[in-house]
Parts: sequence; C-alpha cells; structure tokens
Amino acid sequence: METDFAKDQQLPIPSNIQSYLLRVDREGWLRTAQALHNADAKFLTLWGADDRDRDAYFRVYAAWLLPQSILVLEHSIEDVRNPSYPGLSTIFPAALRMERAAYDLLGISAEEADARAWLRHGGWPGNLFPLRREVSASQSYPLDPEPYPFVMVEGDGVHEIAVGPVHAGMIEPGHFRFSVVGEKVLRLEERLGYTHKGVAKRFESLSQQEGHRLAARLSGDSAVAFSWAYCAALESITYTSCPPRAVALRALALEHERIANHLGDLGALGNDAGFAFGLTQFSRFKENLLRANTLTFGARYLMDYIVPGGVAGDLPEGGGDLLLTQYETLEEGVATLRSIYAEHAGLQDRFRETGRLEHRLARQFGALGLAARASGIACDLRVDHPWSPYDGLVPNLVTQPHGDVAARVHVRFDEVMESLRLCRILLEGLPAGPLQNTPTVASGGCLGIGLIEGWRGPVMVVLETAAGGGIRRCHAHDPSWQNWPLLEFAILGDIVPDFPLINKSFNLSYSGQDG
Amino acid sequence: MFDVISLMLRTGILTERLPARSPESPPLESVQEDIRRILGRALCIRHVDAGSCNGCELELQALNNPYYNLEGAGIKFVASPRHADVLLVTGPVSANMEEALKRTYGAIPDPKVVIAVGDCGACGGIFGKSYASRGSVADVIPVHRVIPGCPPEPAKILAGILDAVVSAQGQASKRDKAKRS
Ligand code: SF4
Repeated sequence: METDFAKDQQLPIPSNIQSYLLRVDREGWLRTAQALHNADAKFLTLWGADDRDRDAYFRVYAAWLLPQSILVLEHSIEDVRNPSYPGLSTIFPAALRMERAAYDLLGISAEEADARAWLRHGGWPGNLFPLRREVSASQSYPLDPEPYPFVMVEGDGVHEIAVGPVHAGMIEPGHFRFSVVGEKVLRLEERLGYTHKGVAKRFESLSQQEGHRLAARLSGDSAVAFSWAYCAALESITYTSCPPRAVALRALALEHERIANHLGDLGALGNDAGFAFGLTQFSRFKENLLRANTLTFGARYLMDYIVPGGVAGDLPEGGGDLLLTQYETLEEGVATLRSIYAEHAGLQDRFRETGRLEHRLARQFGALGLAARASGIACDLRVDHPWSPYDGLVPNLVTQPHGDVAARVHVRFDEVMESLRLCRILLEGLPAGPLQNTPTVASGGCLGIGLIEGWRGPVMVVLETAAGGGIRRCHAHDPSWQNWPLLEFAILGDIVPDFPLINKSFNLSYSGQDG
Repeated sequence: MFDVISLMLRTGILTERLPARSPESPPLESVQEDIRRILGRALCIRHVDAGSCNGCELELQALNNPYYNLEGAGIKFVASPRHADVLLVTGPVSANMEEALKRTYGAIPDPKVVIAVGDCGACGGIFGKSYASRGSVADVIPVHRVIPGCPPEPAKILAGILDAVVSAQGQASKRDKAKRS
C-alpha cells in the first residue's frame, strides 16, 4: 500500500528515534518521495556513499520525518561511470543544495539539478570527488578559483550589491548578492560553502570513539546537540545504554546551549535594531551562564562534554545550588528585559513585519526548528518524538504565527523560559549513579542515526561503521541547510539595511551547512 | 524608559581588571597605557574567520560584553583591513577562504601583526590538512602569535592580543635602535 511506504519491506535502523530503511529502485525513489510529500513528511537530509569497494554501487540516501518515525530511502546507483539519480528538488526544494553538495563531494548527479558547484569553489579539481574511496584524505590541491554565475535580475534601475565572504562584523564568511531597486530588495542570492573543511572525509580517518569530537565542531554553537546526535547513533548501533544520570546531564547541557544561544541572539537583535542596552544586558546574562558552565561542566562551551556512553564529568559539590541560583537570576532578568523590549516603540517598529516568512512558504520549503516554529509550524523533536529524558519531561511547544523578526524574538523569549523550567526539573530529579557505560566497538557496516533538537532545530548524524572500530561514512546535517534558502524569501520587499537584523533573527550556521 | 535606567543603575559597572600574565611581566594595565602612548589611539583589529566552526567567534564576541569591555581597554574591532593594526584569524584555513584571507592580509598596513586564535588557527585543530583545509593560519600567511584553546576563553584572547602588541612593539623599537646605531 502506498501510504504505509511498503512497511513490510522496511528494515529497522538503530536510532534514538524509531527509524526505518527502505531500499528502492529509480522509479521507487521518486514515487516514494512524492508519496512522502503527499503525506506531509518533513524532509530531513540527503547524502551519498561510495560502496564500489563493497558491492560496486554508489548509493544515494534521503531521510524524512513522519509522525511516528524517520524513514530513510536508499537507492543503489548501478552506472558507476556516470552515476546519477532522479533529483528530488521539484518535490522538496530544500534538496537542491544538498544534491549539488553530493555532486561536489561524491560525483553523483541529480538529474535536473542546478549544475553549479556548491561546496567546491576551486579548492580542488572539478573531476576529483573527495568522498570517493580512492581519494586520499590528506592530499591538497592548488587553488584554482572559478567564476560563479549568479542569477542576474535585469530591469530599469536594478543594480547589484555584493557582500562578503568577509563581513564587517565578527561573523562567519558567506556571500550575499542583492538585486535592488533603490533600497528595496528584489532578489537575494546566497553563495555559501566558504568554511567547508572536509568534515565528512575527516570522519573516515577517526575511530568510532573519536567521532563525537569532530561532530561537536561542525558548528561550535551546537556542539552539545551534534555530539549527542553522534553518540546516540553510536550507542544505538552498539546497544549501549547511557546511565540515567548521564542522560539527565546531557539534557541539562543541551538546554544550557539553547539558553546561551538565545540570550546571545536576543542581545544582538536589540543591538541591530539600535538598542545597545539590550546587547549589554543580554551579553552579561550569557556570560554569567557560560561562567556557571565552567564551574559545573568544566568549560564555557561544551565541546567535549558528551562522550560515547555518557558524559565526561559530574556536577561538583554545590553545583546544583549554584545553577538553581543562576536560573533564578536569569528568569527574573529575562522577564524584565522582555517587558522592556515589548514596550520599546523603536524596537517593535523594527521587529514587526520585518523579514516575514509566511507560514505557507515555510511549509512549502520545509523550514525546520526555531524558524519554522516562528512561522506557525508546530514541530519540536523534544515534543513530537521525545527521546530520553524528554519523554519524561513533557516540554511545552512554543510557536508564533506571524513569521517576522518579532515572532522569532518571541519564540526565543518563550524558549528561554521553557528551557529554564526544564533545567529546574532535571536538576531537582537528577538521578544518582554512574556517568558512563563504555560502548563496545561496533563491527563494520552498521548504520545508525542520531536526531536531536538543537537550539536551531533538528541536527542529524548518520553513522556507518567500518571494521576495526573505524568509521566508514558519517553524514552530519545541520537544519541551516533547510533554512538558508528561506532567508532569500524573508528579505524580499524589505530594504538592504534591514538585512543584518533579518539575518540575525534566523542566525543560521555557515559552518554547519558548509561542513 | 524608567525600567531601562533603573536596570542600568542596578547593573552598575561590571568590567573586570585585565587578566594578569606571568608574575614577571608588567601588568596589562600598563600595556593599555603603552597602546595609548605608542598609537595615540585605540588598537584596531580586523577579524577574519578563515573557516572556523564559529566557536572561536562566540568568544571573540564575548570580549565586547561588559565584563571584558574590550573598547574600554583601548581595543576595537574595525570593519576594514586598511584601518587595522592587527589581523586576528580564526579557524583552520579552508581552501575556499585561502584567497580572501591572503587578500585581507595584503590590505593590512605594515607591520602586519597577525594573531591566530584557537587550536584550529594554531595547528589546524581536529580538521588538520586535507583537500578542503590548509591547516593552520601559519601555513598560509606569516603569524606572530597563536592563542590556543578550543575555543580559548575571552580572558586568554585578551591577554594574547595585548602580549602580541607589546612584543611587536619591542621588536620594532629594537629594529629602530639597530638602524640608528
Ligand atoms: S579552535 Fe575549536 S572553537 Fe575554534 S574554530 Fe577550531 S574547533 Fe572551533
């Protein structure tokens, strides 16, 4: 039957959220994708693998989130000389950049996709595909920059503004090409990939016990989410249970990461709208939280806190009380700032109706995470697919219907408060016991998935093991892949000077999508 | 408005003393004095993210919070390399950023003081060298100082910047003396 996606042929995949694999041929690939679209499944990611050494195929995979589970489609590409597969971007527009990236890295092409390179900017030859098995992991190549044909907008009085890759502020590199009339933006085209550092290939030279450290560094602001996703995949493959105390501490770390990022953004958004006071206050609260992290978790940014089988350290004596005091100050401080923001006419004027991402567009283009919730899409893995310990926490879902900067500000305020509530529950009910169960080494050829709701949205790690404790393939996916194209819509009709504010209100990851 | 003013008053001044370096080195407050004496203005820094994971940027941004109060120490981040005394680079250098980094370096006026921030900038970090990553910043442009850490804490970054400026100044005055004698 079409609607259950050939349930009888699905194979379970070890994961923190129920997952299944379905093998399909060319025709089944497209047909099932269309059926998934009709069933309103959320498109998660697309990636490829070189299995010519094993059984003479290239493979392409795509994953969706259904109400009950994750479904992964696997299609084996027989023609290894000219490997291609039917593109999904006409059904799921978010797939387009992922397909371009899969070509740059693996040389498998999606029929009908945009043929421009996405991650490859001339740093390696166009006929060399780094994720192919025969390509050495350490070889580098001289830079041969290639021109990138941006889409031109023609018309009376239309001109272009090019920004980046190096920006004026302390932010990550990326290029934005605006077509404007006067100050009004007619079109925005992004070009990303500048921070591509070969993460996927690098995974393949690490052991299963080291991979979490690289995952944490795909996007430093989501280190907890990514290292947890990696560990969840590895632990599922090896049937390792994480001790209850470690599970609770992981969630505490994840909520701290969410709060810290939201505080930083709320301050920066005030500042971008001309209210420097907001930045001063929020950055002070963020700093307090980071210092509390050092005192309780041992570091300001928890790059190496989550480890396979558990966590790297326990709360010190008195750590719980220290955190509870911290939460109290935060709750009070954030509530005061919220009312100041709400009553500040200048701020509200800049926030409201600016950078609007309408609900319909957000759905059509597959928005994820915070940006989706601010456009009225109710989705949060902690609520919809709660893994441990969220199944016992019952988090409240936060949404806002309007999709403008103001809505994204609102969602952040609400989520900070909700995370603080969850942190209190976690701390108060913190189970006693060990911090780590060391996972056994998985044999080769096992596939596992970790999917975690990070502060920006769902982060995903797909891990395939190699014999001897190695990693055969690891695909780490940041929700920024889905949300970057939406920024191109959100800016339309606004003016160029509002771009920094709108961009910040999404605060997407460059490094996370560049890999 | 009343809320804003009252919160400002209640917050007070949070700026902390500049971090101490080794016991034998001069206190950093005197470095701040030096900056004023040597340059007669703020020390201007241009930051380039050459491929970082964004962790180092978060700590650079923290330098502007009221605890570190970077501008109060006489240091500011500027938007153009032509106005910069120091180039601060984060990340391993990705192949895709190599050219932009070299161009920015070219635009910095002499003596082109370069500081590489973070383990990645210092040695390539966990990313190392590959088809996509050139490794450390020193593999691409000359570097005067590295500030290790993943990410390094803001106080360490601040101390590293001031240190680098002092030693660059020391070298410059040695050169001047040698020229004169
Ligand atoms: S040193 Fe650490 S925090 Fe800085 S860019 Fe590298 S991985 Fe990220």
